[in-house]
This record gives sequence, structure tokens and C-alpha cells, in this order.
Amino acid sequence: MQMPVPDPRILSQKDALAAALRKVLPADAVITDPVETRAYECDALTAYRCPPLMAVLPASTKEVSDVLRICHDFGVPVVPRGAGTSLAGGALPTQDAVILGVARMNAVLERNYEDRFIRVQTGMTNLRVTGEVEGDGFFYAPDPSSQLACAIAGNIAMNSGGAHCLKYGVTTNNLLGVTMVMMDGEVVEIGGPYLDAGGLDLLGVICGSEGQLGVVTEATLRILPKPEGARPVLIGFVSNEIAGACVRDIIEAGVLPVAIEFMDRPCIEATEAFAGAGYPDCEALLIVEVEGAPAEIDEQLTVIKGIAERHNPVEIRESGSADESARIWLGRKSAFGAMGQINDYMCLDGTIPVSELPTVLRRMTELSEEYGLKVANVFHAGDGNLHPLILFNANGEGQLETCEAMGAEILKLCVEVGGCLTGEHGVGVEKRDLMSHQYDPADLEAQMAVKDVFDPKWLLNAAKVFPLASSDTRRG
Amino acid sequence: MARPETETELAELILGANGPLSIRGGGTRGIATDGEPVDTTALHGIRLYEPGALTLVAGAGTPLADIDTVLAEKGQRLAFEPMDHRALMTTAGEPTIGGIAAANISGPRRLQAGAARDHMLGVRFVSGTGDIVKNGGRVMKNVTGYDLVKLMAGAHGTLGVLTEVSLKVQAIPEAEATLILRDQPMSDAIADLTRAMGTPYDVSGAAWLSSGATRGPCERRIRIEGMAGSVAYRAAKLSDLLGADTVVEEDDSAILWREIRDVTPFANRDGAVWRISTRPTAAATLCDALKAGGLDITTIADWSGGLLWLLTPETGDAGAALIRAETARHGGHATLIRANSAIRASVPTFQPLSPALDRIATGLRRKFDPRGILNPGLMGPTT
Repeated sequence: MQMPVPDPRILSQKDALAAALRKVLPADAVITDPVETRAYECDALTAYRCPPLMAVLPASTKEVSDVLRICHDFGVPVVPRGAGTSLAGGALPTQDAVILGVARMNAVLERNYEDRFIRVQTGMTNLRVTGEVEGDGFFYAPDPSSQLACAIAGNIAMNSGGAHCLKYGVTTNNLLGVTMVMMDGEVVEIGGPYLDAGGLDLLGVICGSEGQLGVVTEATLRILPKPEGARPVLIGFVSNEIAGACVRDIIEAGVLPVAIEFMDRPCIEATEAFAGAGYPDCEALLIVEVEGAPAEIDEQLTVIKGIAERHNPVEIRESGSADESARIWLGRKSAFGAMGQINDYMCLDGTIPVSELPTVLRRMTELSEEYGLKVANVFHAGDGNLHPLILFNANGEGQLETCEAMGAEILKLCVEVGGCLTGEHGVGVEKRDLMSHQYDPADLEAQMAVKDVFDPKWLLNAAKVFPLASSDTRRG
Repeated sequence: MARPETETELAELILGANGPLSIRGGGTRGIATDGEPVDTTALHGIRLYEPGALTLVAGAGTPLADIDTVLAEKGQRLAFEPMDHRALMTTAGEPTIGGIAAANISGPRRLQAGAARDHMLGVRFVSGTGDIVKNGGRVMKNVTGYDLVKLMAGAHGTLGVLTEVSLKVQAIPEAEATLILRDQPMSDAIADLTRAMGTPYDVSGAAWLSSGATRGPCERRIRIEGMAGSVAYRAAKLSDLLGADTVVEEDDSAILWREIRDVTPFANRDGAVWRISTRPTAAATLCDALKAGGLDITTIADWSGGLLWLLTPETGDAGAALIRAETARHGGHATLIRANSAIRASVPTFQPLSPALDRIATGLRRKFDPRGILNPGLMGPTT
């Protein structure tokens, strides 16, 4: 992974910068010790590591503003960091960059059930947002798999999704307002606890900009009343294609499940060995979950089971209790852990039109044979967001490179059939150099023009998202 | 009037322009700026429709009516329920999907299902520099690069002219019903509507019309949609919780929401029309403050109070100064939708932004339209 060469001028100013930052932050909020900064050398994409120049942990919007103003004046690159759970290297630093961690900002600022919003500092974890309101019957809808650990700041930067976004949308659909600090230290307020912020939709472009436009310190999030109940049905199939066709028919029938999850045989076998959820012996399975009152759930599941029956299912297993629901979800929820037990793996995140599911799954099998690496599939089928896991041995010579090459082929395939490189993990450094497969130079130029306006010196998380060659002249 | 037939022709037209251009689809919203009219209606046609993937891609000039027809054949619709401005604005023409996207036009269901921008999966556009740009795509989840789709939604053509829009669509539910309660004052009605939104009963419309808007007693309306059994269940639950004089179903319910969507109670009536986005719980006090300030208002509150439609006398500034000040104080923004030309000439269409946001918006316009030729002045200064 190529990263910009560290600027010797900045490296030589480390002490002066640390001294300036210590004037505006408590002593323990400026971390310069090389042993301690190792904690910030990577995120969940652990294949790439680089200790930063230093890390700072501001505790308020004011402190973030002070930090950014100082870094701006020093001309030092800043890499914002939520909880460091990015799978795309979104928080990977360079040697001459300051990591700005939001972990100390985790207060609830306002809760309002009549207007259905909560305002929080963005270091708060995703799951805690729901935790803050669920006692009163509400929840925050986006639910990325890392929700126990990941921070709202990172969710906004990456426009995170989750299993339930088929019905509730992703972060951008649930974000009402932000307090954001610009790279020069200016604090801006965008939107608020009302729908559709005025003026240009800046909220929309900030969400998913991977921390390149500003540091979001406070967020107004839409909360929703919890459904009366939810119940899944598990359906086993004799082939991936038939499972894919069943997904299409469910959607076409007009039922809107909250989640449709898909697992293929390699994934089913691995999770069975790991978690023993008692899944049927089949080529592919779907977990379809619906919500509502008991009678409403029955009404929807009747339609779904009727559709499934037409696809010669190996088994239809409808949950009859909370315990059975948990068992149905057990294998799915332990899928990543199970794969990690048997192998190293690389998790891809391309999205495809649902109609292309059979074609793409077939082609992936061919690629798997061609490259000699196994692929297991577990993904959100309702919205076409694939998560192929390519299994490899990190200690095997050349295996990481083979795996990366195969991953790139799969992502190009996703683009070819009308999809995209990443559905919810983000571009980061991981897919940066694949961007030109999806976008023409004019498309990338238009995106970079937005960064020019928010961060004219290209100091914020600058070596991400865009191919290095195309952002080269801007990064100075 | 220029009417480019292709995206390339449009790009050449913009590149060769030496003065302001006034971008329009069906021209139904009556906010055309000065300049040479550029009509996008020749960029029409549905290019892809996959009911099983809930996606539709259409040229920006495609009439909404064509899209509605094609979707209805497969039992689907646009979830965000875009408003038809023709009755309110006394305009002719056919609303286009490009116009709806550019202005982020949504209706009553926005409260539950999201706005136009939430259903836009991808766009193609020509920027003010004549570059053809695509962003997003036609899949449900996409975080590949910046989301310029959202930036274009609601930019009113000031950053680029849309040529193609791809959309997420929704199945038309089996049944719908509306609970009606009459003679309930605004503050009580809004309290009930916000309460309804806090239940698990998945309300898809929550509105209150003042007596001036109904020409009878004021009226609170709550809509639910879904499978027949479920609608009956939720209607009963909500009636028990909040009371209802009448429950109407199917077409009798649909007509009530078309009326709110299109603000037809204010059609063919004198006065300026304002659209205010605010916090539901601020709606009643905001209206009280306007009345206390001496403004005569007729009100329709949609989105459980989060969207206020106001009819005000077309005298002076039509209440602009007071409305904008009170809206800012309560949180939100006010848009002037309809007014006579004298008022239009002196009152900006949109609520002024804070200086910091204005600088960002101006910076974006300079980047995307450096010559300041796309609907200049509509959303603020270009230089």
C-alpha cells in the first residue's frame, strides 16, 4: 500500500507542535510516546500499519477546534478516528499525521421523544445510542456489525449501514444535523432536529466523506419507536441461484422484511462447526426477519413462506419463540468469528443489483478456482450488499497478494454488472486505487472539488478515497 | 428556448453559453430565474426498471406521470409522494423527475419513508463547466466516494443540470386508512400526532388542517398503510389511544392525502404561500408567535407538525421578515413558495444561511459553476 512520503519539515516540528497542543489540551490528551502511539497505528484493516506523529484526544467541540486550528497553522495532516473499527483503513495514519480521536466525547446532549431525536457527542458508540433510548421504547436504526464498538463519528464518516437498513436506511437517512469543525478550526452547525436542512444538502455530502471534509463532534440522530416484535424464518435451498430468485420474488411481492440475510455452503459449514446453530445441510440459506404485532408477523410470514414453497426449499424453519429466533440468528451472527477460526480472510463489500445475484455468485466460484482461494459468502441479500470472504493464509508466501488480486477482480465484477466497490465499509485506503474502475476522471474531479471547498489545503485524511495519482497535485 | 436532445448537446450548450441559463423541467413550480431557458424535457425515457430490485432509472426530463404509470403496472410507486405544484401555482406543464430530484420534492409520507433525496440512488448531470458527471449508481447501498447525489438533490440546478436519475421504488401496500378527528385545536392535535409517531404503529401520514384550510372545522388526520389485517389492527389501536370521529379507507383516504400533498386548500385563493420546516413541538408556538406579531395566517401542518404550510396576505413582504426571524428562533427554515412578482423581487426564496454555511455554499457554486450561469441567484450569490 503506497502512502505519501512523510514530510521531514513536519517530523522536525514534532516538539513544537506537541507544546502548542498541550497549551489547549490536558497533558494526558496529547500522546507522543512512540510506545503509546502504536495503539493508533492501524484500524480493523490490520494489514496496513503506521504509527502517527502523535495522537490527541480532545473532549469538546472547543478543544477539537483548537487542535485543528493549530494543526492547520503548522500545516500538519490530521487523521480523524472514531473507534478504529474501519475495515477499509479509514483511520490509517501516516508518519507525519496527527490522529484526532473522539473517544473522550461521549455525552448525551439532548433527548426528545416528541420530536424523535437524540443529540450526542460523536465518540459515543452506536449501540449505546440505542441503549440511551430503548428503556423508553425507542431505538437508533443503523446497526453495523461492529455496533458494540464503533463510534457515531465513524458511522457518519463512512455512512454505515447494517443488517436492518433494507427497511430503515443507512446513516445518511437517519442523520438530522451535525456540529462540525472545519480544518481551519471554524465550527459550523448544519441541520438540526427538523427534517431536510435548509440550503444545499451539505449534511448529505458530509455523511460518507470519510472524515475528509471536517470533524463531526455532535450529531442529531433520528430515533424510531421499537416495533412490537420481530420474528425470523430460515429457508434452505438447493442452490445459490434459487435462493437469489427467492429474494427477488419476496421483494417483488411487496413484503418489506427488515432483513434478508444470505449464507452459502462454505459459510454454513464453517459456522456450524464453530457455533452449532443446527442449520440445515444445504447449498444456501436465507434468514428473513419481519416486524410487527404477532398477527402482523404471521400475515407477513405467510406470504414469505408461500413464496419460498415455490422454490423447492430444503427446509423452512419458522421461529416460534425468542429462543428459536436467537438460534436462527446464532450462525449468522457468528459467521465472521467462525471464518476467522479456520483461516485468515479478507472481507469484501461490493454491492450489486439484486437481479445479478446468480451471475455474480457463479462468477465468484470460477474466480475461486482460478486463484486457488476459497470464498465464503454471507451478506445482506435484500439490498445486494455482498460480503464475500476470501480465505487465505497470511503466513503463506504471496497469499495476501493473490487474495488482494482476487478481491480486486470481484469488485470490478460488481461494478461491471451495475454495482459498486463498497456498500457500507467505505473506500479508505483499501479500495482507493480501484476508484477509477467505477468513476471517470470528471466524476472524481467533481468529488475532489467538494474537498477543495471544505479543506483547501487537503490536510484532513487526505491520502484516502481518491487514487493517489489523481489527488497528488492537491495534496501539495 | 433551448431543448437539448442528448446529454452531450446539453454539455455543449452549457460550455458555449455566454450568459445566465434558466433551467426547467415541466416549469410547474414557478420559480424560473432570468436567463435563456433550457428545457430538459427532451432528455426523457425510462432506461431501466427492475421491480424485483426496486429500482428505476429515467432521463431527467421524464414526466412523473409516465413513471407513476409504469410503476403502478407492477404494483409499485415512489415512496416519497412528490407534490404536484400545478394547482397551487396555477401552472400547466408536466412535472418531471429531474425537477423533483433537483428540488428534493417530497410529500406527506416523507415523515415515515424519507425524502426524495433518500430514494435517489444515482444521478448524471452536466456541471456549469460543461463536464458530464455521474455519481452513485443503481444499487441500494453505495458508499463509494462522496455522495454528490444528495448534494444535487435540493441544489435546484445551481451546481449542475441533472440528465438522469436512478431511484429506489416501493411496493404499493394492500390497504390504507385515515383516522379523522375534528375540532381539535392545533397544540392538542400536534401533541397527538407526535404521540402517534412515537407508537410502533408505523404511521405514514400525520397532519392537521386549520379551519381556514378546511373551510369547515379544523381536522386532524393520521394515515396508516400496509397489509389489510395489519391496517385494521393499527387503526383500532390508534383510535383507542387518540380517538377518532371517522375512519376512512382506500380512495376516500387517498384523496385526503393528495389534498395535503398538493396544498390544494391554498389553490385559487389570494395570498402568499410559505413552507416551513421546523420541530414538530415548536410548530404551535411558532404559529402563535406569528399571530402575535400581527400576521394573519391560515395553516396546514404536515409531518406531525414538522412541516408548516402558511397562507399569508400578499401585502408588504407577505410576512417574510417575521416568518424568517421566528423560524430561525424556533429552529428550521422557511421557503417562499408562491407570491406576486413584487414580493418575489424583494424576498429571497430560501431562508438565508449562517455566514459559515453561506461561504461553503458559495464555494461549491464557484467550483461547480465558476461562471455563475446556472439559475444564478436562486440559492444565493455566485460570487
